[in-house]
Amino acid sequence: MLECIPETPVEHTTGKINPAKTCQPLGAMYAALGIHGCLPHSHGSQGCCAYHRMHLTRHFRDPVLASSSSFTEGASVFGGAANLKTSIKNVFAIYNPEIMAVHTTCLSETIGDDLPNIIKTADIPEGKSVIHVNTPSYHGSHITGFSGMCKAMVSYLAQSDGATKKSQMNVLPGFVNPGDMREIRRIVDALGVNMIMFPDTSNVLDTPLTSKYQMYPDGGATVAEIRDAGNSEVTLALGSFASHDAAEVLQDKCGVTGIPLKLPIGIKATDDFIMAVKDWFGVEIPASLTLERGQVVDTLIDTHFHYQGKRVAVFGDPDHVIALTEFLLAMGMIPVYVLTGTPGKAFEAEIRKMLEEAGITGSRVKAEGDLFELQQWIKEAPVDLLIGTSYGKYIARAEDVPFVRFGFPILDRAVHPLMPVVGYRGCLRLIEQISNALLERRDRDCLDEDFELVL
Amino acid sequence: MDTSSVTAEGSACISERQNFILTTGKSKSSIHCADDSLAGSVSQRACVFCGARVVLNPVTDAAHLVHGPIGCATYTWDIRGSLSSGSEMYRNSFSTDMKERDVVFGGEKKLATCIDEIVGKYHPPAIFVYSTCVSGMIGDDIIAVCKAASERHATDVIPVESSGFLSGNKVVGYRAAAIALMQLIKPREGETVEKTRKLNFLGEYNLGGEKWVVERYLREIGIEINVAFTGDSTVAALKQAPGACLNLVQCTGSMHWVAMSLEQEFGTSYLDVNFFGAANTAESLRKIAQFYGDPEMIRRTETLIEREQARIQPVLQKYRKKLAGKRAAIYVGGAFKAVAIIRQLKELGMEIVLTGTQTGKKEEYDNLSTLLDPGTIIIDDANPAELEKFLLEKNVDVMAGGVKERVLAYKLGIGFVDHNHDRKDGLAGFDGAVRFAREVYVTTCTPVWNQLKAAGRRV
Repeated sequence: MLECIPETPVEHTTGKINPAKTCQPLGAMYAALGIHGCLPHSHGSQGCCAYHRMHLTRHFRDPVLASSSSFTEGASVFGGAANLKTSIKNVFAIYNPEIMAVHTTCLSETIGDDLPNIIKTADIPEGKSVIHVNTPSYHGSHITGFSGMCKAMVSYLAQSDGATKKSQMNVLPGFVNPGDMREIRRIVDALGVNMIMFPDTSNVLDTPLTSKYQMYPDGGATVAEIRDAGNSEVTLALGSFASHDAAEVLQDKCGVTGIPLKLPIGIKATDDFIMAVKDWFGVEIPASLTLERGQVVDTLIDTHFHYQGKRVAVFGDPDHVIALTEFLLAMGMIPVYVLTGTPGKAFEAEIRKMLEEAGITGSRVKAEGDLFELQQWIKEAPVDLLIGTSYGKYIARAEDVPFVRFGFPILDRAVHPLMPVVGYRGCLRLIEQISNALLERRDRDCLDEDFELVL
Repeated sequence: MDTSSVTAEGSACISERQNFILTTGKSKSSIHCADDSLAGSVSQRACVFCGARVVLNPVTDAAHLVHGPIGCATYTWDIRGSLSSGSEMYRNSFSTDMKERDVVFGGEKKLATCIDEIVGKYHPPAIFVYSTCVSGMIGDDIIAVCKAASERHATDVIPVESSGFLSGNKVVGYRAAAIALMQLIKPREGETVEKTRKLNFLGEYNLGGEKWVVERYLREIGIEINVAFTGDSTVAALKQAPGACLNLVQCTGSMHWVAMSLEQEFGTSYLDVNFFGAANTAESLRKIAQFYGDPEMIRRTETLIEREQARIQPVLQKYRKKLAGKRAAIYVGGAFKAVAIIRQLKELGMEIVLTGTQTGKKEEYDNLSTLLDPGTIIIDDANPAELEKFLLEKNVDVMAGGVKERVLAYKLGIGFVDHNHDRKDGLAGFDGAVRFAREVYVTTCTPVWNQLKAAGRRV
């Protein structure tokens, strides 16, 4: 089944077949949910808003609320200014959020609505905020939109009260799961440093079931915290695609030093994150974290023969794939195909550099690719393991490859948004998933005489 | 309007929304619906493109090319559990992936190249080309591009005019899909399709294999399905649509217009049917047998119904014992589905306390009211705050709805049953009725809810 690609190689020069990305507004909506008491607002037709909410809901399995300017033909002809102004009035009257985070859509961008001016002249209740980001869907990807909304948080809200900075740091976590954000907070707490993390979707999209529905859950960075981010000494920006831009704007605007880092996925990236905190604040690394790191190394040694030398294909969002590729190399695996749907030559350069340093040649690396291409590569020269989002399941089935789900979106499995892949605990989870996928395959495929209890 | 009947005040609702909510038995006036949603509302509604996409997506061997930026293609990639007995072509996602350049200079050339490459790679028997907000807004002439490509490749390249901004109401998209289907079906000059004794099954999307279930029943009583619109259909089979002697119409929202068009063009009459629930299934089979008027067929129909009812009623009774008196809410896309679910839940002895749809029409809401007990809330285009308010106020035990309602219901401690795109188990026919009852039972009576109560006692 699933004749996704023809048997023989064919020309694929334009358009996308089986995309490995989605559009900017979704990322902007996800980032906005990481502000406490925020209602994301989609300035466009209703379909976009419904799709983003549905997609996020399918991944997180928690309610996702957002309002829409409900464009119809009239608004599309005469411009959406009136719709946005009415929306702002209605949103505060009906849903009463602390803050409304507006993102545009390809429709309002094509019409050319002037958002800054519309917002400036809109009726915003005292003490409430409206921020916006331009997210035309025909540019970038959902990661670009996420990055844009982080920038909007900084440029609209962050403020510096003066030259003296507080002994606190900002963390821009990137487009990661609430479970990852919780884990980052746990690590920073263990290091004993005050942190403002934004956006922060923990306790927003991983809320407990209490029978009481809270339209605005307890989590999320408050507007006051984001404002205070301008008074921090330093910002750790995790992931070059999702977080670096916002850190740069914060450095320019408020003089907060920005330190660009990878997402802390894998042992080295986690080390780098912890060392950055240690170096800046001069804190001691607690024994608890040292122990966790030791457990990761111990586990790697216990399991290395399961995966060493295996050929692996990885796809997903750029920051995730960059950090994971580094970890896979550390594990002794061979990333033969590395692909992201998000545009950006920097992705290819960074991956190539890592591969070169590891002495691996002949791998295919591509930004702005699609899964048609990835499957063609796999058909040409197979891999032992595929790692990526749920959309990889078609390839895994058609090409009969073991498959580890990783990144966004995962639509066919549960629990993952609560389980971190960042930090040392995240390393253990990844090692377990990768080893198990390979071992399950071995158990499934081996002859009776080779079937072993102890592996 | 008798405003005393309206309980939606306070934070959940503003005055403009009051006419969209009705309590049965209390008010003489009718519901306000099919209007555009308020700007700034958290609507559960979608867009024209969404409507067109869900109707056409199950055409299995066609390539579905979305002409627009990437999102529209990604969000509709294989999200509908329509099953195929043959080609899996429809489960690929094709997008022209429009960029700034295309928006500025027009996307027609790129669209033509994408069509050429799809033909080169897959040689599909047809390509549906969907317009989206942007391609519609910049005025790409997809009709001309499709026409030229059709001639170039001697294959059907069918435009679907589904720019999202045309309406927030999916029904408008159903029409766009219907027009595309009629274009595909229309026989070429001089060609005719010979009439047969077979029937078409309109508004059947083969979710969880539901078309196959009905097909088995019909085969048993001596009728073949010519083609379903559009579940498990192929381009070649759809082109044989004029050869049917009867059209069954199931999902009224999406397919009444097609049924009327087929009647006009090819003289095929149609019957409204409904295969959700045992009573509906029996009634529909009888209607179909009556249409054919063959005594042997009528006899076989009665035999089938009797056998199936005897088989499933004891099982349904078991569920009924557990579910009788439980309170249910329904919030679904269209009124057809709402009616089907109401009947089934009532057969299980449950009380319906809230019903609503995204896109219901006035007559449909009037019809709904007659099925419901006095005091039931009826709501059009609900927002989550309204749903929450009524779910709690009405002390609901279980809700039937779609993706977005699922998580809301769970958070409120309410069971949930999917009667929408995400359902994986077929709910049609006699076995479907059992499966539906089982799903309602599982979610309403799961021991997991006890954990919630236990937590309540501790905390």
